[in-house]
Amino acid sequence: MKKISIRALLGGVALAATISGSAFATECIAPADAGGGWDFTCRQIGKLLYDLKLVDAPVQVTNMAGAGGGVAYTYVVSDRGTDADLIVAASSATTTRLAQNAYAGMAADQVRWVGAIGGDPGVIVVAKDSPYQTLGDLVEAIKADPSKVTFAGGSAAGGFDHLKPLMVLKAAGFSDFAKVKYIGLDGGAEAITQTIGGFTQAMTGDMSEISGFIKSGDVRALAVLSAEPVPGFEEIPTAKSQGFDVEVVNWRGLYVPKDISDEQFNAWAEKLQTVADSAEWKQIMADNGLAPFTKVGTEFQGWVDEVVAETNALSKEIGIIQ
Amino acid sequence: MDTLANLWMGFGVALTPYTLFLAICGCFLGTIIGALPGLGPSNGVAILIPLAFALKLDAIESLVLLTSVYYGCMYGGRISSILLNIPGDEPAMMTTLDGFPMAKQGRAGDALVISGVASFVGSFLSTVGLVVVAPLLASVAYRFGPAEYFALYMLAFATLGGLTSNNQAKSAFAACLGLGLAMVGLDNSTSAARFTGGNLHLYDGIDFLVAIVGLFAISEIFIFIESHGRSSALGIKVGKLLIPWGDLKRSFGAMMRGTGLGFIAGILPGAGASLGSFMAYMAEKSISGGKGTFGKGDPRGVAAPEAGNNAAAGGAMIPMLTLGVPGSGTTAVMLALLLTLNITPGPRLFTDQPQVVWGLIASLFIANFVLLFMNVPLVRIFVKILSVPPWFLMPMVTMVSFVGIFSLSGSYFDLLMMIAFGVLGYILRKLDVPTVPVILGILLGNQMEDWLRRGLTISDGDWMFLFSSPIAVGLWILAVGGFVAPVFLRRVLKRPPVPKTDMPMDQD
Repeated sequence: MKKISIRALLGGVALAATISGSAFATECIAPADAGGGWDFTCRQIGKLLYDLKLVDAPVQVTNMAGAGGGVAYTYVVSDRGTDADLIVAASSATTTRLAQNAYAGMAADQVRWVGAIGGDPGVIVVAKDSPYQTLGDLVEAIKADPSKVTFAGGSAAGGFDHLKPLMVLKAAGFSDFAKVKYIGLDGGAEAITQTIGGFTQAMTGDMSEISGFIKSGDVRALAVLSAEPVPGFEEIPTAKSQGFDVEVVNWRGLYVPKDISDEQFNAWAEKLQTVADSAEWKQIMADNGLAPFTKVGTEFQGWVDEVVAETNALSKEIGIIQ
Repeated sequence: MDTLANLWMGFGVALTPYTLFLAICGCFLGTIIGALPGLGPSNGVAILIPLAFALKLDAIESLVLLTSVYYGCMYGGRISSILLNIPGDEPAMMTTLDGFPMAKQGRAGDALVISGVASFVGSFLSTVGLVVVAPLLASVAYRFGPAEYFALYMLAFATLGGLTSNNQAKSAFAACLGLGLAMVGLDNSTSAARFTGGNLHLYDGIDFLVAIVGLFAISEIFIFIESHGRSSALGIKVGKLLIPWGDLKRSFGAMMRGTGLGFIAGILPGAGASLGSFMAYMAEKSISGGKGTFGKGDPRGVAAPEAGNNAAAGGAMIPMLTLGVPGSGTTAVMLALLLTLNITPGPRLFTDQPQVVWGLIASLFIANFVLLFMNVPLVRIFVKILSVPPWFLMPMVTMVSFVGIFSLSGSYFDLLMMIAFGVLGYILRKLDVPTVPVILGILLGNQMEDWLRRGLTISDGDWMFLFSSPIAVGLWILAVGGFVAPVFLRRVLKRPPVPKTDMPMDQD
């Protein structure tokens, strides 16, 4: 039994080696270590691309961590600019950093944004015994005295979690962003413990990292920042339904090198659409707390351009960049 | 008795011939990964995640495999600390301080047995602790805010002065060097790049694994080349493996205290095993006063940090399982694995998926017994791997260092940085400056700064927040005590004329 499985394993390795040696193997770069969100994107989309026979060989995943995705971005721009068999995992964090010039001079127009096929909606929560009952209460308290409320989030200052409450406040007509207090922790769960412990008054993060704490009743969600209520969490009102016109979703998607042909770009867009429409992907999304969020091809490219411009303007206002 | 019934169910899930086979494989691999410099538990677990998927293991089987690797690494790290003076992973750093001197005195076998037993005691008791108090202790993390964390790190640095026996100023210098190096990279509170020279590879700061392998392994190679192997650590022989009952008995207290401290450090997110083993070592050293032979091969100096870092591994499971907050780098990787297996750690895990939790806990117990067996009676296998002749071992250490570091990020920049740290380590060793505080500075400096900045943000710049809670004040008192006490103790202990062959301490 043991012998057979080892032989099968060796055979598998040999087979994989032959296939990946061919010119047709697709490579997906996850710009972070194994286990994170980008790695997840590469592995899940890569697996489905092969299972749905959209590519001829299993997709090879390369982990290239560094500078929050900057190392991989620079590498793709400078060394792989014409490679049509390359896809790279990306999310809102990628465009936020590009908008803030955090990739050492790289700009968002140096690659092509091919599509997003799932999103993790932003959420704003407070501890269960917090005096704030609605998003409106929280916004009013900040308007009255910004020093009374500190937000905790899982990204560094200026990161995506920091921008979420600012976009809500912007929609509420508050613009003194530099006064809004935010502390960045190592991941959403740590930010939640600071909020439950009463060290911060509110926490912003993605739905998937908070859902367990909402279910257990340790925190109360004031608003979800998606267009529609999230399935399974229908009782959490959207920010829109409370009169704040914002939608902040941490999308999961891909970019491709800039200098591939339009046909090649459109082919990737179609493949992503097929993955997004598949029952397998819908199951993966449900299992991992992702909400549907599909934008591919030129539509996605246009949307990314808008988001980058908007993030850039907001970051200037809070003084993250000059 | 609910707990026992649950545990029984856990063993029912986790104890099948196949999982036992996986546990043995995992423990063996883990010990080797732990022993190889540069490869630590977090890489070990990360490397094996794809394997777990490739073998189509289910949730319980994957957890058994990966926890065995995790605990195996915690055991294995000490082997190269003792035999090569190169820590196999960062928590095993403290074990070099007394483990290697013991090995040089020809007591490598004793050191391995004592540290193996200490590892077992630490991880066994902390796993018991995990079973008994996990749900209660989860709330400890809620009590630690910026002020408390900052005071905790202050405590670690305040006691650092007494770390290396010879010269406190040199320790302090080394710690400052580490703290300075920790500042490289993106500032977490403003996202400003500091000391990066525009180089993207430095944006994430200096990876402490790169620093450790450079400072210990690469500098060892330089020393070896310079002295033609005479004053190098490589090539230590292990004599007969006997169980040193006397030393075990003498270090029993050290093991228990180390376990307690390590367990607590493990529970606190971000503090982790390195802080656990460090505090365990420092506590033992201060308890012994001036009477111990710490730094020169004291068995307690091997027992305490090993019990401490293994206990921390068990403790780190608590916030990971109950809050979804990883207490260390390795638990962060395990958290990612759990999420991929569709298990969401958090406050509801114990009620929602008891078979997973208790299966995991049972597999920790299984791994522990397998590891005790592998690391005490069978430790020779691993010693063999490391005690090949120097002409073979040295290229191997070089190769493993390079491969290990390259596997972290796949960037040659890290290799260059590792060599730079090797040169730095060589210079520091020539100047007789200890390298352990440098690593501690890099390891803890960022966290300490981040907590201070977070606290100042919350309090609108009012520094009094540092003393805003009883826990914080308590930690500050310990820190001040730990800083001042050695000065007075030394005076008290020095008064009787101690016949010593060495010159007075501070002249070295």
